[in-house]
Amino acid sequence: MEKFEIAVVGSGPGGMSAAAHAAELGVSHILLEASPKHSNTIQKYQKGKHVMDTPNRLPLRSPLEFKAGTREYILDKWVDGLTETNTNIRYRAEVKSIEGKKGDFLVTLVNGDQLKAEHIILGIGVQGNPRKLPCPGADFEHVQYQLDDPDEYQGERIAIVGAGDAAIENAVGLAANNTVHIINRRDEFARAKQGNLDLIMSHISDGLIECHYESNPARIEENPDDESRYIFNLSTPTGEKPVPIDRVIARLGAIPQRGLVESFGIEFPNDSPSALPELSNQYESNVPGMYIIGALGGYPLIKQAMNQGYEVVEYIRGNDIEPADHPLLVEAFEGLPYDNTVAEILVYLQNVSPLYEDINPLAFREFILDSSVRLVPEGETLCVQGEFTDTFFVVADGNAYVKLPGVGEFHFNKGGFFGEQSLISGRRRTATVYAGKNCVVIETPRRTMVKLQNSVDSVKRTLDGAFMLRAIHSKFTPNTAHAELSEVIDNSELRLYDAGEDIYRQGDEGDEVHLIRLGSVTTIKESNSREIITSYMPVGHYFGETGALGEGKRTDTARANVRTETICLSKESFLTLLEKEQTMQSEVQEHMRDRLTVEARMEAQPKGGELMSFLMSEGLGEGTDVLLIDEALCVGCDNCEKACAESHDGNSRLNREAGESFADLHVPIACRHCEHPHCMKDCPPDAIHRASDGEVYIDQEACIGCGNCVRNCPYGVISLQKNPAPKPNLLNWLLTGKGPGPGGKEYSGDSDVKKAVKCDACKDLKGGPACVRACPTGAAKRFNPKEFVELVSQRFG
Amino acid sequence: MYQSITNYKGGRYFWVATILSLASALAYYMHQPINSANGGTWLGYTLGTIGALLIVWLMLLGVRKRSYSSNMGTVQGWTSAHVYLGTALLLIATLHCGLQFGSNIHTLAYVLMVIVILSGFFGIYTYIRYPNLMTSNRSGETLDGLLEQIQKIDDRCIKDAKGANLSELIESAVLGCSIGGSWWQQLRSSDTSTMQLPGGPKGKSVENKNQERIITVLAERLSQTQNSTESGLIQSLLANFAAKQTLLSRIRRDVQIRGLLKVWLYFHVPLSFGLLAALSVHIIVVFYYW
Repeated sequence: MEKFEIAVVGSGPGGMSAAAHAAELGVSHILLEASPKHSNTIQKYQKGKHVMDTPNRLPLRSPLEFKAGTREYILDKWVDGLTETNTNIRYRAEVKSIEGKKGDFLVTLVNGDQLKAEHIILGIGVQGNPRKLPCPGADFEHVQYQLDDPDEYQGERIAIVGAGDAAIENAVGLAANNTVHIINRRDEFARAKQGNLDLIMSHISDGLIECHYESNPARIEENPDDESRYIFNLSTPTGEKPVPIDRVIARLGAIPQRGLVESFGIEFPNDSPSALPELSNQYESNVPGMYIIGALGGYPLIKQAMNQGYEVVEYIRGNDIEPADHPLLVEAFEGLPYDNTVAEILVYLQNVSPLYEDINPLAFREFILDSSVRLVPEGETLCVQGEFTDTFFVVADGNAYVKLPGVGEFHFNKGGFFGEQSLISGRRRTATVYAGKNCVVIETPRRTMVKLQNSVDSVKRTLDGAFMLRAIHSKFTPNTAHAELSEVIDNSELRLYDAGEDIYRQGDEGDEVHLIRLGSVTTIKESNSREIITSYMPVGHYFGETGALGEGKRTDTARANVRTETICLSKESFLTLLEKEQTMQSEVQEHMRDRLTVEARMEAQPKGGELMSFLMSEGLGEGTDVLLIDEALCVGCDNCEKACAESHDGNSRLNREAGESFADLHVPIACRHCEHPHCMKDCPPDAIHRASDGEVYIDQEACIGCGNCVRNCPYGVISLQKNPAPKPNLLNWLLTGKGPGPGGKEYSGDSDVKKAVKCDACKDLKGGPACVRACPTGAAKRFNPKEFVELVSQRFG
Repeated sequence: MYQSITNYKGGRYFWVATILSLASALAYYMHQPINSANGGTWLGYTLGTIGALLIVWLMLLGVRKRSYSSNMGTVQGWTSAHVYLGTALLLIATLHCGLQFGSNIHTLAYVLMVIVILSGFFGIYTYIRYPNLMTSNRSGETLDGLLEQIQKIDDRCIKDAKGANLSELIESAVLGCSIGGSWWQQLRSSDTSTMQLPGGPKGKSVENKNQERIITVLAERLSQTQNSTESGLIQSLLANFAAKQTLLSRIRRDVQIRGLLKVWLYFHVPLSFGLLAALSVHIIVVFYYW
């Protein structure tokens, strides 16, 4: 049996870099790759895609070259590097199991081969391997599991197996020049997005694609009479059906990596689907001798993974080198009042707050790199009330304070934290915080905090506890000491509701009071079996007090518009709170009276309720700044789109005509600046941010054009665009006619780089959104959903 | 929350224009010139200056509309002011000339101004009347969406026609269907669709206005056919052409409304440039030769 010092599993950027470095050092090694080509994920990028080399500041440390360029250029350079270093790579070598321990691992491949290795480096990413066709013939040459470029194939008979978005997109892409069959084992396309569903159904009804419903692949056989390359036998409810075929493309999804990784003995901290294994400073997992690099180790960017590949080989060789990001940390700690090494400062910072206790040191290093640690001059503001910033602060030294009117200053001392309200609710800052004496803070971006909450349970618990205490305190008992509220907090709980779920229904028994901490809620009156939306409540509002103060019966239905989380207070807790502060009683009464008045008014206008339902069904309930067009005023001049393009590098970020309408109110395809933007969820370079006034924008410098945000946005408001050529000025254009005029665009063609663009609500324009200011008839207006009730009652009042 | 240009900010510019007009009228009424009222008196010069400045400012709306990052008010505010002050201009210019007309450059400027203002009135009328009509006509669809539906119906018809041996007939009807046309045809939403009758002379086509001819021909076919598959296909063709008929009339109406919303600008804007030229000549002539 072959034996190696290092076996690298997965030939992504990290794995390749590790193996190439081992080769360079003359260490015996093998690189195992399941697919027939290296860097499977990057091979799957579309043809000609421009790949970025972020983060720019991070130096590259690898025998392989990596500079921003097209996918082909980068893959070529890697092949060159692998050849030059004489890296020992084995393709089609899918790992089935790894057993044994450090110094003596036994690796078994799916094809039965076995090999021994002293150390294992896992660089298998998080994408998973494509599911293979479960039938004989799945290994034939023209059976494939991905499609780079549909235009490569002409005049072939192609079978696509699968019914998901990838299968549909491939089938539709190939249908123009080929005879396409789609093999669906169900009798409908249930898993596809609406757009793809429409596309495939129209292609099938127009005869452009033949669909085999309720069909399973039985076997693929070579065709002896040579008329087609293969015969694809399908098992259908009416028996076996042969289909002559030249090529099979199976899009059956991927097998998640977690099961495989766990079978190697590696542990995950919790059940969250995004959880990653915990690693030591040297990328070693809980299994000694088994290392994890790249996306599975929490480093999704190519350059980071390549550096790790290099470093991990050095660590295995016993060289405790400084990681490539060391100079970045030296720079990050400049100006701090600490005279210590980077490693010492890291330890010091981690011990500052109990919040950081359970984070492993490697994750904490990354956490600090993402954060900013700084000494803030006394009196400077850290965050400002009413702003939309969403970073999270921990005081590392000295103190910070808020000024409470009538009460004085409230101090956050060493280890104290603030910013959890904005972090969790996605709403404006609730207070202004000033730096005190010798104040050193760790300011962390939202995305990093969210990642931390998902991977370290204790962080989430601590933040939730603090959130509940502070939210209840500021809402109901601003003048009572925190300590007095502990009993109420203990008796309260967080409740999570899915979009569209009823929190309670009209007529139900119930006396709990809910304070919204995430999402938004509408109340609905049911009369004559019709539902009328009577109010919309965003984060920070409470409801259900009618039940608590009255007879314990719900007079309306409360429904979550989007995924919503509430702090649920029992009747006793709520009444205890009211007793603590006399003024609150009358305030609550007043609040209840106001709401009942509005609700009665809305109830009297059923049409208004329908309009409200329409706005909610369009997903506007999770927006903060929504563009609506009054169709009774819009003359269709498209000056809004032109203004948008002209004030943003020539690409309009709004489509006026598309989108739904109801009662003369049109919802164009334009960003709503969601409270918890879907687009931010999975941005590898963290290029999507929220400006202090709430605008969600994409940092064009940082964007790598991966398209994740385009796919994640449920409202289709983000697109990948090239930058058009610069424009001549108006006079020049009028006189010479050269170049694109106002509202027009031309591409210069010397750059293929596509980047994600979306509405930024013209955050950099003094006068506000250009679309609204450019509308000659006043048809385009922007609203906060809080204004919907007023808008609706004005239209029908 | 939404305001139309006519009641922008509670009709702010309506009041500005009204006060300006009343002041001008009052001054004209009080003024006792030595001869009859004319542009050469102090009041005439004053009103003339106000009018000329107004014309220049009214024309600047075109620049403001394209200054997309300008902070000088909103385009809606400018448009509202444009409408009311433009209307006031009619009175101011008339008082300026003291109703002295002749066949000269001065009266040409006046006439051009009147045409420009009247075309503007038509514009306001369309802006108030048509947006609602356009919305209800499209009923939630976009023009592109409607055209796509036509495309799909056409594809289906051509496919059905193959089965029913009617390819030539249906293809001629599909290819002969016309939407749009010259600007006059667009504005009148006229239909110049044609088709070829089966057995008719090659290359000679007949009118197929509103797809009625093809529907008649298909209905006739249907009554004659014995074959049940063919009958099914013809029925589906009939249903598709009937659907296409409705879609086409909605598309033509949409094209017509879009045209009406725009056509007046083709008079309003060029003529205002003509007005500017005539006005310049008028001013130079007055100062040099009077």
